[in-house]
Amino acid sequence: MPSADELKQRIEAAIPGAEAEVQSPDEVHFSARVRADAFAGLSRVQQHRLVMDIFDGELGGSIHALELKTEAP
Amino acid sequence: MSDNQIRDLIAEAIKENDLILFMKGTPDQPACGFSMRTVGMLQSLDVPFAAVDVLPDPRIRQELSALSNWPTIPQLFHNGELIGGCDIVTEMYESGELAAALGVEAPPAPPAETAVPGQPAPMGIENRLR
Repeated sequence: MPSADELKQRIEAAIPGAEAEVQSPDEVHFSARVRADAFAGLSRVQQHRLVMDIFDGELGGSIHALELKTEAP
Repeated sequence: MSDNQIRDLIAEAIKENDLILFMKGTPDQPACGFSMRTVGMLQSLDVPFAAVDVLPDPRIRQELSALSNWPTIPQLFHNGELIGGCDIVTEMYESGELAAALGVEAPPAPPAETAVPGQPAPMGIENRLR
């Protein structure tokens, strides 16, 4: 099972300049807040896609749910 | 029905309905907390919307996600465009953007889950079992 810390590291590695806070009560449901320069000028849908694409194939599987809040600086 | 036919039907439904929600379960009987929350927000805005249950056939979800490039359910579409899933809808609902985008009045009260500032906290029950 992925840990909250693993998700944080993967998000920050995949999106340049991203800062992520990830919480998980059970390592199955996750809640993430991500701030990244790369989000500037993107719609919320596009911002969320950038994050969700990192976990392609895992969402709905080992990651049951990823609650996401994105912001551009 | 072939996968392509399902995808065509989904595309048609998105095109024909100004506001359409793909969800788990139905508005009366949502089968997932995220779908339930999204339905609740739309209902509190008092906007009419079409709803499609993705659960009866796994291919609905598969084809929808392929079409929308969005992996999770629910998915809300307005005028053919993906607004987002539960998180984005919640953010837009709370900021009033959703009401503005849909051309309706923002609801007077915050959603039930949000604590009202200045209100006393609900009474707690003392845990004597520690």
